[in-house]
Amino acid sequence: MRALKAFFRSPPAIIGLLLVLAVVAMGLAAPLLYPNDPLGLAGRPLQWPGANPRFPLGTDPSGRDIAAQLFHGARISLLIGFVATSIAVVIGIGIGAVAGFYGGAADTVLMRLTEAFQTLPNFLLLLVLVAVFGSTMEVVTVAIGLVSWPPVARLTRAEFLSLRTREFVYAARIQGLPDWHLIFREVLPNALPPVIVYASVVMAVAILLESSLAFLQLSDPNVPSWGNLIGLGRSVLRTEWYVSAIPGVAILLAILGVSLLGQGLNDALNPRLAPR
Amino acid sequence: MSGLRIQDLSILLPRGGDRTHALAGISLAVAPGEILCVVGESGSGKSVTASAVMGLLAPGLAVERGSITLGQDNLLALTPAQWRATRGARIAMVFQEPMTALNPLMTVGGQLSEMWIVHRGLSKREALARALAALEEVQLPDPAGALNAFPHELSGGQRQRVMIAMALALEPELLICDEPTTALDVTTQAQVLKLIKDLQQRHNTAVLFITHDFGVVAEIADRVAVMQLGHVVEEGPVGEVLLRPQHPYTQALLAAVPPLNAPPTRPLPDTGAVLELVGLTKTYASRGIFRRRKAVKALDGVTATLKRGTTLGIVGESGSGKSTLARCVVGLMGLDGGTIRIAGQPLTQDRQKAAHLAQMVFQDPYASLNPRRSVGAQVAQGPIAAGTSSAEAWAEARRLFALVGLEPEAVRRYPHEFSGGQRQRIGIARALAMKPEVLVADEPVSALDVSVQAQVLKLLRDLQGRLGLSILFITHDLRVAAQLCDEVVVMQNGRIAEAGPVAEVFTNPRHAYTQSLLAAVPGRSVLEAG
Repeated sequence: MRALKAFFRSPPAIIGLLLVLAVVAMGLAAPLLYPNDPLGLAGRPLQWPGANPRFPLGTDPSGRDIAAQLFHGARISLLIGFVATSIAVVIGIGIGAVAGFYGGAADTVLMRLTEAFQTLPNFLLLLVLVAVFGSTMEVVTVAIGLVSWPPVARLTRAEFLSLRTREFVYAARIQGLPDWHLIFREVLPNALPPVIVYASVVMAVAILLESSLAFLQLSDPNVPSWGNLIGLGRSVLRTEWYVSAIPGVAILLAILGVSLLGQGLNDALNPRLAPR
Repeated sequence: MSGLRIQDLSILLPRGGDRTHALAGISLAVAPGEILCVVGESGSGKSVTASAVMGLLAPGLAVERGSITLGQDNLLALTPAQWRATRGARIAMVFQEPMTALNPLMTVGGQLSEMWIVHRGLSKREALARALAALEEVQLPDPAGALNAFPHELSGGQRQRVMIAMALALEPELLICDEPTTALDVTTQAQVLKLIKDLQQRHNTAVLFITHDFGVVAEIADRVAVMQLGHVVEEGPVGEVLLRPQHPYTQALLAAVPPLNAPPTRPLPDTGAVLELVGLTKTYASRGIFRRRKAVKALDGVTATLKRGTTLGIVGESGSGKSTLARCVVGLMGLDGGTIRIAGQPLTQDRQKAAHLAQMVFQDPYASLNPRRSVGAQVAQGPIAAGTSSAEAWAEARRLFALVGLEPEAVRRYPHEFSGGQRQRIGIARALAMKPEVLVADEPVSALDVSVQAQVLKLLRDLQGRLGLSILFITHDLRVAAQLCDEVVVMQNGRIAEAGPVAEVFTNPRHAYTQSLLAAVPGRSVLEAG
C-alpha cells in the first residue's frame, strides 16, 4: 500500500506507466483497427505519411501499410519482451537462489557457469543461437531469454547471500522446515523486489535485441515486428527515412516507458528512498 | 552566559505520524564542566535533541519554535559555513557505533590529524604530533602504533577511545555523547565512562550525554533529565532523581531496572538433567590458501547441565563463546568435539526431530520475523511441517498468542504492525509451538527498552511456572541474569570461568573474571545502595 502510494507520487513513474499502457492499448486495438494481414499488399509503395488519407503513416518499400505494421508490431514486441524476460527471470532466479542459498561447491560451479555466459557479448551469442536453430519467432524469443539471465542470477544470489543468515530464516530452520520452504517461503519473497525491478531492464533490452536482429534481417520475416520495419527501411534510408524513423520512435518510447516504470518501482519498493 | 541553553524547543514531525511533535517545548541547560544525562526510552526524543544541537536534524523535521544557544551564539541562526566552523571546534560528538563513525580506509592518525589540519591550519607533521598526544591522553595501549592502524585493527573499546580523542581534539565547549557505550562490553564500558568523566573535568567541557541506561546515568551524570514522548518530565541532580524520583514515569523506569541482587534461591525441582553438554569444543579455523588467520577457540571444553524446569544462564562478554554455544544446541552449527544430549538423546541431524528437542528465541525483534508473512503463519508453520493439520496448528497458534499476552486474532497481522516487545512475544510463541524440551533464549531482551524488558522477563518466568519450561538463557547483562536464572555459568574466551547457583556466584564470586564483571556493572553504588 505504502509502495503503491509512493509510486503514484512520482511523475516519471506515471509517465512510464502511461507509455507502457499506450503500447499495450496499441497491441489490443490492432485487430480492430487493422483486421487485414498487416503484411499484405495495401497500396503504392513508398507513399509519404499524410500523402494518402488511407495511409496516415505512409507505406513501406513493398507497399504495405506502416500504421498497420506499427499496431501489430506492438503485440510482437510486447510478446517477445514479456516471454523472453520471463525465461530469463525464471532461469536467473533458479540458478541464483541455489547458488546463494547453498553456497560452497554449488555456488562456485553455478557462478563460473554464469560468468562464462557473461563474458560472451550477448548479441554475438544471440546471433550464434539464431544461426544454428533458425530464425522463427519461437527460437528468437527463447534465444533472447537464454542470453539475458546471467545478471538476474547474480542479483538473486547476492540477495540470497545476505538474507539466508537472517534470524527469521534460522528460526524457520530450527522449526524443522525443509530447504524448499526456506528458499521459496522465507527468502525468495524478500529477495524479489530488486529482481522485479531489474526485470524491467531485461524487458527493455529484450525488445532492443529483437529489433537489432531484425535490422540485420535475421529475425522472423513473417511477423510484423518493429525491428523488421526498420530493416525494410534501411535500403531507402536516405530518401524515405520515415520508414525506419516511425518504428524507431515507437521502440524508443516503449523502452523509455518500461525503464521509467522500472525506476519508479525501484524507488517505490526501496524503503530507504521512501518519504519519511 | 556560557554553556548550552535549550529554551522551549519544539520540533515538528512530518504529518501522518503517531504524534505531531518530536519535541514539545523542552528546556535544558548544560554548564561548562557539567555532565547532563538525557535519559529515556526509544521514541522519547532524546536523540532528536542531540541532532538539533548539532544542526543535523533528519530531513522532514522542522524547528517550530524555541532557541538553542551556545555561549552567546544562537545555533539555530547559523549559516552552513558557520556550522562547519562550529562543529568539531566548538561542538563535538561521540556516536554509538565507533566502527561506522570512523572511515575504514584511513589510518587512525590520518583521521585524527585532519582535525588540526582542517580547523587550525597546522602542518601535517605538527598535526600528527598533536594526534599522538591526544591518543596518549585517552590511554590507548600503544599510541604510536595506533596512529598507523586502521579502524578494523582496533577493538571496539579502542575505537571508542579514538572517537573521544577526535571529539576532544579542538577542546570543544560542548561534547555530545549519543549512547557511546551501548555497543561495548561492561568492563570496557566502565573504562570508557571513567575516561569521559576524567577528560571532561580536565578540560572543563560541558557534556550532553544521551543514554537509555540508568546504570550509566548513575556512573557519570551530574544532573539528569528524564524524557518521555518529547517532554522533559523530570530534571534534577543525579542523586535526587535516582533515589527520590518525583514523576511517576521516572519511578516506573527505575522500578523496571532489574536489581543485581538475585532473589533468594527457589527450591529447585529434583528432576534430573534435560540438557547435558559434555566437553564441547568448536574452533573457527582460517580457511583459504592465501591467508592464515589465527584459529579462534570459541568453545574449549565446555561442560554444563540444565535441570528440567529450571533456567541456566550463560553470561560473558562478546567473544566469550556464549552465542556459539546457543547455536550448537539448536543445531545451527556443528561441533568439533564433545556431545550434546537433550532429554537423554544425542542431537540429531534430522531437522524435524531436532525441532522438538530445542527451540530458540532470538535477540533482534526486527530481524527474527519474516516481514512478508503473517505472524500466525510463522508460528503455525513448524507444527504443520511436523504433520499437524493446518486448522489445528492455527488454533494452537491462537492459543499460544493468548498465552504470551497477545490478542489471539492478531495471528492474521504482519510483523510491522507490532512493537519490539510484542514481536519478542511472537518469537516466544513460535518457539513454544514446537513443544521443545529446551528453550534457548539468545539475548532475548537486550534490544528492548527497560520497561518492555521487565515485561518480557516476567512473561518468561510465568511461562516457566505454568509449563515447566527448561530455559538456556544467554545474556551479557548480569542484572537480567540475576533476575531470571537459577544457575549461572560465566564464560570467558570459550572456557567456563565459574559456575553455580546464581545467588552464590553473584554475591560471592570466586573467579577474578567474575569479580571484574560484577564490579563493572554500571550504577551499582547508587542503584543497589538504595
